[in-house]
Amino acid sequence: MDKVRVATVWFSGCAGCHMSLLDIDETLIDLLDRIQFFNSPLTDLKSFPEDGVDVTLIEGAIANEEHLEIARRAREKSGIVIAMGDCAVTGNVPALRNGMSPDRMIEAIYGTEATTNGALPYEVVPRLLDRVRPVHEVIPVDYFLHGCPPPPGLIAKAILALLDGVEPQLSGQDLKFG
Amino acid sequence: MEKQIHIEPVTRIEGHAKITVFLDDAGDVRDAQFHVTELRGFEKFCEGRTLWEMPGLTARICGICPVSHILASAKACDEILAVRVPETAVLLRRLMNLGQMVQSHALSFYYLSAPDFLLGWDADPATRNVVGLVAENPELARKGIRLRAFGQGIIDRLGGKRIHPAWAVPGGVNRSLAAEDRRWILDNLPEAMDTIRTTLDLFRRSFDCEARGMLGEFTSMYMGLVGPDGRWEHYDGLIRIVDQDGSIVVEGHDPSRYFDIIVEASAPWTYLKFPHYEPMGFPDGMYRVGPLGRVNVCESFGTPEADAELEAFRAEASRCSGKVFDYHYTRLLEILASLERIRRLLDDGRILSPRVRAEAGVNQLEGVGIHEAPRGTLIHHYQVDENGLIERANFIVSTGHNNLGMNRAVAEIAKMYIHKGNVTEGMLNRIEGGIRAYDPCLSCSVHAVGQMPIVLHVVDAEGRLLRTVSKE
Repeated sequence: MDKVRVATVWFSGCAGCHMSLLDIDETLIDLLDRIQFFNSPLTDLKSFPEDGVDVTLIEGAIANEEHLEIARRAREKSGIVIAMGDCAVTGNVPALRNGMSPDRMIEAIYGTEATTNGALPYEVVPRLLDRVRPVHEVIPVDYFLHGCPPPPGLIAKAILALLDGVEPQLSGQDLKFG
Repeated sequence: MEKQIHIEPVTRIEGHAKITVFLDDAGDVRDAQFHVTELRGFEKFCEGRTLWEMPGLTARICGICPVSHILASAKACDEILAVRVPETAVLLRRLMNLGQMVQSHALSFYYLSAPDFLLGWDADPATRNVVGLVAENPELARKGIRLRAFGQGIIDRLGGKRIHPAWAVPGGVNRSLAAEDRRWILDNLPEAMDTIRTTLDLFRRSFDCEARGMLGEFTSMYMGLVGPDGRWEHYDGLIRIVDQDGSIVVEGHDPSRYFDIIVEASAPWTYLKFPHYEPMGFPDGMYRVGPLGRVNVCESFGTPEADAELEAFRAEASRCSGKVFDYHYTRLLEILASLERIRRLLDDGRILSPRVRAEAGVNQLEGVGIHEAPRGTLIHHYQVDENGLIERANFIVSTGHNNLGMNRAVAEIAKMYIHKGNVTEGMLNRIEGGIRAYDPCLSCSVHAVGQMPIVLHVVDAEGRLLRTVSKE
């Protein structure tokens, strides 16, 4: 049987959802019989394969131009897109900056009040979007995994259901934020 | 005509980054820059939040080492409450920090970096990762996974959750240690000790002193907290800075006065600031932190096995190692020291006491919380109003201290391997390996994270594309 092709990406978040994915511990070894990881921060494959993947797990909110571009690419190249964790699902903590102008924030953090030389980071680095947005505001999302982070058991449950070709049934504690 | 090589993104690190290598007319390396490409702005949006929220909120700076932020934040809030934290709470916070040291270092070593040295720097990028490690050396991979799980297990047993436990609070912690949880940790310690001994043995057999120069070597100062007699410390202690030979530059500096000696510069091409030692200016005031920094500043670990290992390490190198690759070595030494200390804490009769929290309101308007996170010295500094609302928050995170060191490392490694414009994927992986050695946590460092395709464009000064090298 062909292995299910999985990609993972992270946008504006804390890497905690990826850590929760790793928190399935040795179950990961068993899963490797059934899935193959493509591009992911955990591998050296840096972009989506031309022929796409079956599932992409997205951690984090959309906060800069680069995230927007990769999110669109993820949608185009993935059969199923899963928003993994509260930042991807609602914007969560990264969205706390909404209402503040990115330029004013940058001035406050890097300007002469805060650093010795006041150099503002506007070269090479991707521009911040005016508003941080949850993933489903920029691309269609098929499934949502709640939690900050989603517990490893929830992530495993969703992946295993999809591997068996059934709709993940999430209810009760599975739908808890935070 | 100058050319640039772009590596983006750097993978198998925690966070969003890319690297630019600048080549001169002859195709040799002139310089390199390490760019951190995301910013979340915690300093700003924490303003107006209550101090009670801060440990939980700032935990979200980083999902890899949330405990670091929870503890630094709780310590800053302890200052604002102006209370003496019960001794058992201090022991438990120490226990959780050591559990975190184990899990975070295990992640860095087994999941992220070991594929480079066990599968090979030039191995197929499609399999040069933890999955490839599982296929190639399942026994070691399983041991590494279980070692990380042990560290995470300690955090879970104490805080009820592996990632972002709501546990340390201003004034202490909100739950004492249950006897059965103490038992669980004790029962699982021997396996963890066995794993780290095996790994250290394999590491030493694989890389002698010369081989460990593969990611460059350069001099810098080193910084870390030390305990009495200069012992390795991770929770309290005073700031020590040493020079490249281990001679004291700063001794016994009060951490709450960090701003007397550390200031930050910024650059237009990265979101990560450059903390440096103020008296020597920018960029000469470069110092390094984290496992290599802590090991270079300390006199001893204060536990028998780790001290024997430290002696062997120093006998081979010198008082201070400047080798980037030795971050890996010292990371393993710290896992061993942490496990020994966990044992010691669990044997302390006070560890099960239910007195774990001091209750108080706002008694001071400013507080600094500082301790050693896995990646180095972490500082949270808050000013609050009479109601405990944050008026100003400043974070100097571990990875930031190493920004100058990481930039220097990528330039050194690029110079070692790239000549006359000849570039291979394996060379680029070594440059990334220099970054991986520092185990940067870019989620922390700019309070951000991410990932992107790696394609290397060689462009001329007019921006014309000369050549494209893809990592796939």
